[in-house]
Amino acid sequence: MTTVAHAHDTTDSPFALSHLDSLESEAVHIFREVAGEFERPVILFSGGKDSIVMLHLALKAFAPAPVPFTLLHVDTGHNFPEVLAYRDRAVARHGLRLHVASVQEYIDAGKLRERPDGTRNPLQTVPLTEAIQQHRFDAVFGGGRRDEEKARAKERVFSLRDEFSQWDPRRQRPELWQLYNGRHAPGEHVRVFPLSNWTELDVWQYIAREGIELPEIYFAHEREVFARNGMWLTAGEWGGPKETETVEKRLVRYRTVGDMSCTGAVDSDATTLDAVIAEIAASRLTERGATRADDKMSEAAMEDRKREGYF
Amino acid sequence: MSTSTEQFADVSATTLLRFATAGSVDDGKSTLVGRLLHDSKSVLTDQLEAVEHASRSRGQEAPDLALLTDGLRAEREQGITIDVAYRYFATARRRFILADTPGHVQYTRNMVTGASTAELAVVLVDARNGVVEQTRRHAAVAALLRVPHVVLAVNKMDLVDYAEPVFAAIAEEFTAYASELGVPEITAIPISALAGDNVVEPSANMDWYGGPTVLEHLETVPVSHDLTSCHARFPVQYVIRPQTAEHPDYRGYAGQIAAGAFRVGEQVTVLPSGKTSTISAIDALGEPVDIAWAPQSVTIRLADDIDISRGDLLAPVADAPATSQDVEATVCHVADRPLTVGQRVLLKHTTRTVKAIVKEIPSRLTLDDLSQHPEPGRLVANDIGRVKVRTAEPLALDAYADSRRTGSFLLIDPADGTTLAAGMAGESFATAKAAATTDDEEGWDF
Repeated sequence: MTTVAHAHDTTDSPFALSHLDSLESEAVHIFREVAGEFERPVILFSGGKDSIVMLHLALKAFAPAPVPFTLLHVDTGHNFPEVLAYRDRAVARHGLRLHVASVQEYIDAGKLRERPDGTRNPLQTVPLTEAIQQHRFDAVFGGGRRDEEKARAKERVFSLRDEFSQWDPRRQRPELWQLYNGRHAPGEHVRVFPLSNWTELDVWQYIAREGIELPEIYFAHEREVFARNGMWLTAGEWGGPKETETVEKRLVRYRTVGDMSCTGAVDSDATTLDAVIAEIAASRLTERGATRADDKMSEAAMEDRKREGYF
Repeated sequence: MSTSTEQFADVSATTLLRFATAGSVDDGKSTLVGRLLHDSKSVLTDQLEAVEHASRSRGQEAPDLALLTDGLRAEREQGITIDVAYRYFATARRRFILADTPGHVQYTRNMVTGASTAELAVVLVDARNGVVEQTRRHAAVAALLRVPHVVLAVNKMDLVDYAEPVFAAIAEEFTAYASELGVPEITAIPISALAGDNVVEPSANMDWYGGPTVLEHLETVPVSHDLTSCHARFPVQYVIRPQTAEHPDYRGYAGQIAAGAFRVGEQVTVLPSGKTSTISAIDALGEPVDIAWAPQSVTIRLADDIDISRGDLLAPVADAPATSQDVEATVCHVADRPLTVGQRVLLKHTTRTVKAIVKEIPSRLTLDDLSQHPEPGRLVANDIGRVKVRTAEPLALDAYADSRRTGSFLLIDPADGTTLAAGMAGESFATAKAAATTDDEEGWDF
């Protein structure tokens, strides 16, 4: 027999934590490390589920004291109104301070140009970077998860960015144990990803366990949509549909929430958290594969955007 | 007020296992990882389509499962894995975090990185080649990083006609070597990652093997043990003082328990000051509890108002570590610029960062054969060596063998913040004898 020492007992000791407790403890540890080591941290808050979970974790990490961070939203100008309303409610309820960097203002001022395909996701990088520079944020929390995309799978929890917000995967610091190295030069900042090790299913299970409120578009509802690149896009002022595209009413929900021009809805009758969790567990498509046109552009679309300073 | 019994009830939920894989492309590591993800149905249709598309455009007929994990353009172009990739999958029993680490010789630091948080390491060998230099290097890294469980996956069994003697000889040689280095548990499994034998499903080609498949083993290996017997350690991360009308006097010490368990009513020593107090309350993220344990993030309150700040450590009065300004450790050098005798650095230990100076580099270790090279003067990228460091302030450092979390540290370049080296206090390797008797044996003396 080749097994030395002992054969396993198959039951874990009473000290085993559930996977949600382990992930929660890890994320809280990351928030507290940043609070302990940085001067001006900010949470990127879009009103999407991952940023909502981040805010929930930050509230728990510092209770009964308030969250020692402000929030930053990069507003593409094509956001879902339900999500913006949620954002403003959350800010008011928790007495937080919100900074908004507006892509529309950059376009109006002629500093950014609308892309031919109408998507504004890649346009967020410049307003984001300039807001970071202007407010001198030194730590910027993002809700990115490594399970989302294969370039993200290579990113550190503490990800150093230069003054242009650029990510260089070959110059990343090795990240050992739970010892996060956040040292940076003036002008540089660190992107921090407390949900690095969470999967989409973990996020939903945690939302259910904690009873966290979400924008209603995450649940099935009737909506006027049209098909583009194999996804259901919402008809609206942002520029869809084109003449050749037909609008129809369907029962849909959103798996991710981003810019309306490139975030697709999925056919769904899941109106409750349990139904959503069951649907995700059975899904044969990844979150971004099902709903994000911007990642379908090329094999390295996300890596290229990240190198340029994207989330 | 919830009781500890209620907390134990949580255990019925899924647990989490962090593990690492080590091996080179030639050993079929990416194929094994791809197979684990694919056969456990963790690869979704769009990912598979992307891999099939990319494989076809490279002129390959079968989908190249390595493309699932090689996330960077440079990796796909060169056909090699450059950086640690983290992968996530789940079965009904467990959630898994896999650190997929490249096996090329110049990337020792990646293996060390992946192993640092792993509870289990999978070392791959090619059944045709057996235990080679690289295998010994992987075993040494797992031993050095004190990874509790090691799996030897003897791959490409299909290419040796699924012959038991081939497997048995490799398993025996590896087990002897790794045991000698102090690896406490070794499980050898004969597999074919390409054909799928014994990865997820038991192999029909190897009736002579009665052990678990790789996935079965991952699902059942214990992820925790009795923490009440461990040295309890609580590094303070942050002091929570709301100073609001509702909580005018609240003062809580926020942190993640690094080792062991803490109870309300327990007497604790604050290091490095040496002051003592009693735990008056433990808040487990909004829920008051009587007991909390590693790796829970909690807030601890004390009966006495004493001066405590980030970087301090709480430990039971009867079991507090000694503090010292002289650190002897094994380091893995991870930066491109060398580490030299006399160099001024920062040492980051738990939540405390102090100035330090490298006093001596007594030896460099060759992982291939564990030979020692005395007084190398410097360490370069991917070197492993012994160092003596003097710190500006006393540190409450445990031996890494006793506590991976409070026995580990980073050396950082104060000029630009580069992480220079990963350090493990105390002796490099446990001996098989020390592992078996679990006493505080001094370990292997080179």
